Amino acid sequence: MSVGAPRGLASSGQKLITEMLHPLSAAEEQLSPWPDVTISVGVEKQEPGLTNGTPVEMSNPASTLQLIDRLQLDDELEADTQDPSETHDLFVTVDDPKKHVLTMETYITYRVSTKTTRIEFDLPEYCVRRRYQDFDWLRTKLEDSQPTHLIPPLPEKFVMKGVVDRFSEEFVETRMKALDKFLKRVADHPVLSFNPHLNAFLTAKDLNKRQGLALLTKVGESVKHVTGGYKLRARPSEFCAMGEYLDTFSQKLGTLDRIAQRILKEQSEYLTELREYSSVYSSWAGSEEQLQRPLEGVAGCVTTCCGAMEDLSDSTSQDFLPVLREYVLYIESMKNVLRKRDQSQAEYEGRLEAAVLRKQEDRTPIPVEVEKCQDKVECFNADLKADWERWQRNKRQDFKQLLTGMADKNINYYEKCQAAWESLLTVLQDKQTEDKTSETN
Amino acid sequence: MADSGSSEEVAVICNTDITSAESENNIINTMVERGTVLLRKMEISVAEADKRTGKNTVNMQETYTVYLIETRPAESVPEGGTPAAPDTLWRRYSEFELLRTYLLVTYPYIIIPPLPEKRAEFVWHKLSADNLDPDFVERRRVGLENFLLRVASHPVLSNDKIVFLFLTEVDSRLKSLSAMLRVKNPDKRFMGLKHYSDELNTIILQLLRVRARVADRVYGVYKVHGNYGRVFSEWSAIEKEMGDGLQSAGHHMDTYAAAIDDILEEEEHYADQLKEYLFYTDSVRSVCRKHELIQYELEMAAQDLTYKKQQKEELATGAVRIFSLKGMTSKLFGQESQEQREGRIAALEQSIQEGEEAIKEKDAECQEFVQKAWTDIERFKEQKDKDLREALISYAIMQISMCKKGIQVWSNAKECFNKM
Repeated sequence: MSVGAPRGLASSGQKLITEMLHPLSAAEEQLSPWPDVTISVGVEKQEPGLTNGTPVEMSNPASTLQLIDRLQLDDELEADTQDPSETHDLFVTVDDPKKHVLTMETYITYRVSTKTTRIEFDLPEYCVRRRYQDFDWLRTKLEDSQPTHLIPPLPEKFVMKGVVDRFSEEFVETRMKALDKFLKRVADHPVLSFNPHLNAFLTAKDLNKRQGLALLTKVGESVKHVTGGYKLRARPSEFCAMGEYLDTFSQKLGTLDRIAQRILKEQSEYLTELREYSSVYSSWAGSEEQLQRPLEGVAGCVTTCCGAMEDLSDSTSQDFLPVLREYVLYIESMKNVLRKRDQSQAEYEGRLEAAVLRKQEDRTPIPVEVEKCQDKVECFNADLKADWERWQRNKRQDFKQLLTGMADKNINYYEKCQAAWESLLTVLQDKQTEDKTSETN
Repeated sequence: MADSGSSEEVAVICNTDITSAESENNIINTMVERGTVLLRKMEISVAEADKRTGKNTVNMQETYTVYLIETRPAESVPEGGTPAAPDTLWRRYSEFELLRTYLLVTYPYIIIPPLPEKRAEFVWHKLSADNLDPDFVERRRVGLENFLLRVASHPVLSNDKIVFLFLTEVDSRLKSLSAMLRVKNPDKRFMGLKHYSDELNTIILQLLRVRARVADRVYGVYKVHGNYGRVFSEWSAIEKEMGDGLQSAGHHMDTYAAAIDDILEEEEHYADQLKEYLFYTDSVRSVCRKHELIQYELEMAAQDLTYKKQQKEELATGAVRIFSLKGMTSKLFGQESQEQREGRIAALEQSIQEGEEAIKEKDAECQEFVQKAWTDIERFKEQKDKDLREALISYAIMQISMCKKGIQVWSNAKECFNKM
């Protein structure tokens, strides 16, 4: 199997849509560089319920190694660790917020732009306007129809009126970024991106939300009807590990949030004092002759540092904190999915036990439902594992970006301050040499 | 309250802030022992206050408060009898001020008791900012009484004739003295210097205070970042690929937090340089005050000489122009003999000559002082400009160094994050 053709690898950089092969057509050539990761090929429509999590076998070890090499190289070039099965034929963007004032309510809509080559879409491009409610609808629908998958979180739904201004530029900007992220994550997901609700969301002129698109998958349907009352015997260790990880991680995120907020508070108080500091120097300059320019220079420098500090604080509250909070929500979603998986397994075990007992009693064969339950559980496990891996990769990317961003902002702050003080120093020292030369003359 | 003589007094301190509680307690709390010095001889009190209207020095109608000074010989009350009626006279606040100024000038080595507030200051209730407000007047009355009691109990001040006259005679010669209590031709340069030195003192104090607060805050910002170190470390324990990067980044956060200690330590040097000039302003102020004193003494000597010359003229020509006790008694009890008069004229002439010598000396002294002082002041100004500019330069260098350190640490942390 030749793997020399880079076109088969969807993850090797941004390509023109026209150049990319449809995942369906490239199905054979898709190989996983990490043998222990299962691939979800997004072909839900063909065989609902069973196509997810089908492992693809490596037929050519040598070419796999080549693959790994290539990908690692790409990795270095792009610092991009995307799942090669991720599709890059659906691009979505959320931007252009607009305020709508009606008699009964005021709300914001966002422009949702789509570019795609997928055949599920009638046109290659779409442009619609959606409000938060619509995103919320989409998410609910996705959760309901794909309960075995991890759905990315939305930004907070409710904001306390009076505490936060729902229409302030900052708030709208932050929310929009979060919605954009949400949609991009869904669009990048090999299974979720093919969900018909997403399609409707991206394309319909009027999103008629009452019209329940009854396209739940069989898995979805059956998982929905899992009733409680089954006790889980033994959770596989990998899922235990996931649960523990999520708990600890959530805790750490909480701590990070508190630290960042504390830093913001200290910075704000620092800023207050700095401003007064600057004005004292200005005041002093007023009663001096020779020292007037130097003192005014110092006052100016301190003011520049104030501006730089303000920028740093703003970026912490607008860029850093929202991402932390979004991940806490993400963790909650993930925990929910884990719980559902547990329930699913518990049901299967319960039914199996009952069936086995009956078989022992009167030779009744084990009903097909029980086997179907087993399938369900296995699907769920596979989906979950795949999503977990994706989630971990994305998390690594996101946090890398977040923290390097934070470092950058801090570096920026110090650079601005340094520049200000250095230019003052030149002025001060020039005057000094000026005086010295005039003295000697 | 319009006031005739307090704008350019030599070393005048008018405003003090005795709280009403202090005033009321002063009789109890003061170290005034009944029966010392003047108080041995007489009881003194400021008994009442009253409103008057009249024309002030700029010929405008005004309403002001006057206070009743009561004095009574401090003999024990005869048994069964009523105490003797006290002698009384009314004085307003500005007269107390005059007395105090006189004392300040006459006894420059004595710590003169303060007067109560001239104007109602530090009021928390807008309405009582009025000088005619009865509560304020009452508190002032108590404060004025306290002042008199302290003066009367002072071993030196209580012996002053003017003090005695203030308490007993309506015309205490203070008004005429007040003309002499002003330095007539204050040297503008010294006044300017004193003003500048006061300003510099205030501003450096303020700067030092704010700088300390800034240092406190920046300390907080750095130290909180240390918490990142700990949480990164804890977090790295549950991560696989991200672990190393987080761990090392955490160490850099610890380094960052620790850096502030040295930075602030270095900045103390800058604060010390400022403090030096803060204390310098005190020295400058002393020089200005010394100059004022010399100037004042010179003027006093000149006044004295003028007076003596007039006296001589009066004796020589027989024309009485100056009201004096001697003049009065001679009018009442007959002229003195020719011999006596000539004797007195000769004595006066001698005194006048001595006076003229004294003035010449004093004048020379004053000029020498001014010359020397001003040379040093110019030197000081140059030194100050140079030193403070250097201080600012070294401060700027410190700030730059702090920025560089910050960039270093965050760049290191960024590298670690990149490896995550």
